[in-house]
Amino acid sequence: MIFATVGTQLPFPRLIDALDAIAPRLGEPVIAQVGASLTGHWANLDARRTLAPQEFSALFGEARVVVSHAGIGSILSARRFGKPLILFPRRAALGEHRNDHQMATVRHVKGLRGVHVAFEQGELERLLLAAGLESAGEDSAPSPAHQALIERLHSFIQDLR
Amino acid sequence: MSKKILAVASAGGHWQQLQRIRHAFDGENVFFLTTLQGLPDDFGALPAAIIPDCSQSTPRAAVRCFAAVCRIVLRERPDVVVTTGALPGLIALVAGRLVGAKGVWIDSVANADCLSTSGRLARHVAHLRLSQWEHVAREAQVEYAGSIL
Repeated sequence: MIFATVGTQLPFPRLIDALDAIAPRLGEPVIAQVGASLTGHWANLDARRTLAPQEFSALFGEARVVVSHAGIGSILSARRFGKPLILFPRRAALGEHRNDHQMATVRHVKGLRGVHVAFEQGELERLLLAAGLESAGEDSAPSPAHQALIERLHSFIQDLR
Repeated sequence: MSKKILAVASAGGHWQQLQRIRHAFDGENVFFLTTLQGLPDDFGALPAAIIPDCSQSTPRAAVRCFAAVCRIVLRERPDVVVTTGALPGLIALVAGRLVGAKGVWIDSVANADCLSTSGRLARHVAHLRLSQWEHVAREAQVEYAGSIL
């Protein structure tokens, strides 16, 4: 099963329409969380407007591959559940977000293990059909930068009178 | 004596980033705030309360959010408010100041080009502001101490 999510805030019809077009060629079901404000009918998707946290976790855990807008929550969920993740960034020029921070996100996270990037439908389809797509995960938790951030916060709190 | 920490984040990526730093609060008395029912249970982040979500484009929701956060702040009396954003987190920093709490703003790692609007506004209420990108921290004159990635 492929699980797709666009986050809780904004609709992302370009991604949902692309998945609907690709789905018949995948040979496995596609379940998509499309957002509360998106209306439409997608013949080839099992579309859910919103998901409760437990449903979201269950679907994420069952998926073979997860497709998502380029949100940090999706990257961290992919690590939490050890899933291959394909990011499909929102573009401000297409009215998909207030600014292009998702384009910045994919530029900066491109090297992370198991985090793949597609900018358009053709790339997305190639990745979804690829065999043995690498899963997200961490070499050792936490990373040095992660450990440093926690220590800084810990010492700030300890130093308060 | 352990300190009282109010840890605040909107649902989604902000919340997950907050969960990635919660070990910084080990040994302290933590109360979580977020905007989606069921999320604290899913992450074992309790005790917790749910507050109304809001953004720059929903000013009325922001007022409701402020009222809800104020009630909790008056009851919990935090020593520190720590947030990873977004606007509900900034609102919690403001409410925390009303009871003399210190404020910590951790800008989302999603802001890899420049500090968020709320992060810029947090200058007025936070005692510590962190960006998770060195180049953004330098540009915005905030501190860099690492990142959750």
